[in-house]
Amino acid sequence: MKKVKDKKHSPIVTIVLIIIVVAWTVPTLGVFITSWRDSRDIYSSGWWTVLPHKDTVKTEEFEMPRDLDMDQPIEIEGVTAEFQEWREGIEVEEGRTLRWYGNKRSRKVEVYEEKWIGFGANLTLQNYKDVLSAGTITYEDAQGNTITRQGNNFADAVLNSIAVSIPATIIPILIAAFAAYAFSWMEFPGRKPLFIMVVALLVVPLQIALIPILRDYTNWGLNGTYLGMWLAHTGFGLPLAVYLLYNYISNLPRDIFESAYLDGATPFVTFVRLVLPLSIPALASFAIFQFLWVWNDYLVALVFLGDKNRVVTAALAAMVGEKGQDWHVLTAGAFMSMIIPLAVFFGLQRFFVRGMMAGSVKG
Amino acid sequence: MDIDTRRNPVSLAALVILTAVVLIGGFLLLQTDAMQNIKIFLTLFAVVWGLGSAALLFFTLNAVAESMPRKIRSVAVAIVFAGPAVFLLIWALVLPTFRTLRFSLMDAHGTNFIGLANYKFAFTDPIMLEAFRNNLLWMVFGTAFCVIMGLVIAVLADKSRREKLFKSLIFMPMAISFVGAGVIWKFMYAYKGEGFNVTEIGLLNAIVTALGGEAQAWLLIPFWNNFFLIVIMIWLQTGYAMVILSSAIKAIPGEINEAARVDGANSFTIFFKITVPYIMPTIVTVTTTILIFSLKLFDIVRVMTGGNFGTNVIANEFYLRQFTYGNSGQASAIAVVLLVVIIPVLMYNLREFRGRRTLK
Repeated sequence: MKKVKDKKHSPIVTIVLIIIVVAWTVPTLGVFITSWRDSRDIYSSGWWTVLPHKDTVKTEEFEMPRDLDMDQPIEIEGVTAEFQEWREGIEVEEGRTLRWYGNKRSRKVEVYEEKWIGFGANLTLQNYKDVLSAGTITYEDAQGNTITRQGNNFADAVLNSIAVSIPATIIPILIAAFAAYAFSWMEFPGRKPLFIMVVALLVVPLQIALIPILRDYTNWGLNGTYLGMWLAHTGFGLPLAVYLLYNYISNLPRDIFESAYLDGATPFVTFVRLVLPLSIPALASFAIFQFLWVWNDYLVALVFLGDKNRVVTAALAAMVGEKGQDWHVLTAGAFMSMIIPLAVFFGLQRFFVRGMMAGSVKG
Repeated sequence: MDIDTRRNPVSLAALVILTAVVLIGGFLLLQTDAMQNIKIFLTLFAVVWGLGSAALLFFTLNAVAESMPRKIRSVAVAIVFAGPAVFLLIWALVLPTFRTLRFSLMDAHGTNFIGLANYKFAFTDPIMLEAFRNNLLWMVFGTAFCVIMGLVIAVLADKSRREKLFKSLIFMPMAISFVGAGVIWKFMYAYKGEGFNVTEIGLLNAIVTALGGEAQAWLLIPFWNNFFLIVIMIWLQTGYAMVILSSAIKAIPGEINEAARVDGANSFTIFFKITVPYIMPTIVTVTTTILIFSLKLFDIVRVMTGGNFGTNVIANEFYLRQFTYGNSGQASAIAVVLLVVIIPVLMYNLREFRGRRTLK
């Protein structure tokens, strides 16, 4: 149902909104642009200089005659001044500055002009190659020094994130859907108190669970394993998953279950053939929610994975700690970590919003 | 009507053994060095094995339950359906709560009972008091700004033709991790330091110097650096508040606004006298959710300052106590404090649930 609404176009509202939206988008844009810039440029100029702007740039240089007496005032382009003044630069006319280069013997004069520069950026894929690489990387800093570093092996981190996130999204959905079906349509002892437990657990902070689970994992040898991450994320995601799916599955019409029963279908068959296909909107909502949560999670990964099988958030955080000023790899790494969730988000925004609304009780 | 769902015992046993082999064998195979060396293959195998095992486990358990004597069969099937979820919830959340409570009364290694000493630390240590103060700043200013900005943007966007586009862009940071947001904002705040002819590459310092001010190391300014961190949370969470509030605003019947307008009410009067009161329950829900969120906030502080320079928060101190100082007693006490603060919300949720619907 769409309300037909007469939207009056108010320029002030639009302008205010545009200002807010620009302020909201610029930080991400800055990182995105920087990740494509040459490492030397990143340190010597702001990322916004890749946009067209007016700047003072060296346009040409020329040599003064050899017989020039350097100790007398020198005349160039109609202006007469001492050598020292030339060395600091003199604006001979509007927007044209001449500057003596080096010492007296160089006899070189550089011309600086104010010009519009448009998209003069020197874009490169090197930052992405460097951040993905596991070997050593070399780059030049602002002073032109060559620096050698160990690469960050982001390629492995991305694969680890995939190996953690996909099962940690689908396993809780499967388990929660079975449970939601049981809570909705089956009789078993303890049904009501158990469901109240699920509701109570919705807001429990996961910090309360980290230390005991870590002890279990140490005993069972699950630290640093994918399985450990799946179990932990499944446990932490289940209250919301069961709650959301219960709300959906318990509202499916009773008739379909009765006719399935009369046709001789077991609960398992009913679940697989009827409940799962009918619940796809709810499953998708939760799946996106959980996927973004797991992919972007840092705390659980930090505690249970440590340095083994590092996921992207942990790899990026480690990079901030070790190489806080290496903006060329940091920005490329940040963008690598965002690209998959952003794609999921923009592709499936509708489902995400639906899941978020239903789950706004989660802490 | 009764369907015979029992399987023949031999095939059932074979199924159980197969399941066990897949589960255990897959796990052991994942740990081998050969697998660790070919990362793409490992990833693929892990995903397939993880999903396959979960499905296979349900299938096998169900087959076992269906082979039970008829009297207990329906309960057995229900246990197979609800059991894994209940079991995992108890293992991952319920038991840990009690175990953490117990650890909070023990010493650093969880071996000797030391009474309430860890709680004394949690409530009186200067480090903790600073963390409490900062969390209060996060909860008050972070939450207030998120909700107010979210509400303002939702109302304005509702009047705009490009509503969808504007809302998508404000909402976008929700898809970005806190660590990624940390890098984004660290770059915004970047500070080159003093020296001859320094070009600032951080946008904030570039703006400040262009306006004639002096570049600052924003994250090192005592007390105010907390607010530079809170900005990051506002940037991340305003979209959440906006989306939820926006849908509440759209649910306000059009006639109410029409009637008010006919009576001569202007936009401001409508906003304060109709919109806000009408969506108050939603505002409360959103505020609570963001309050809980800012109470547990960890990643942003961890990545930006590590809790140094007077920016520590409770959840970061929890992490430091456990993993830097190796004191699980103090860490557990901090976790219990977090839980206790949240208990009123938990009770409210339960009451709401009981009042709204009883289990069918």
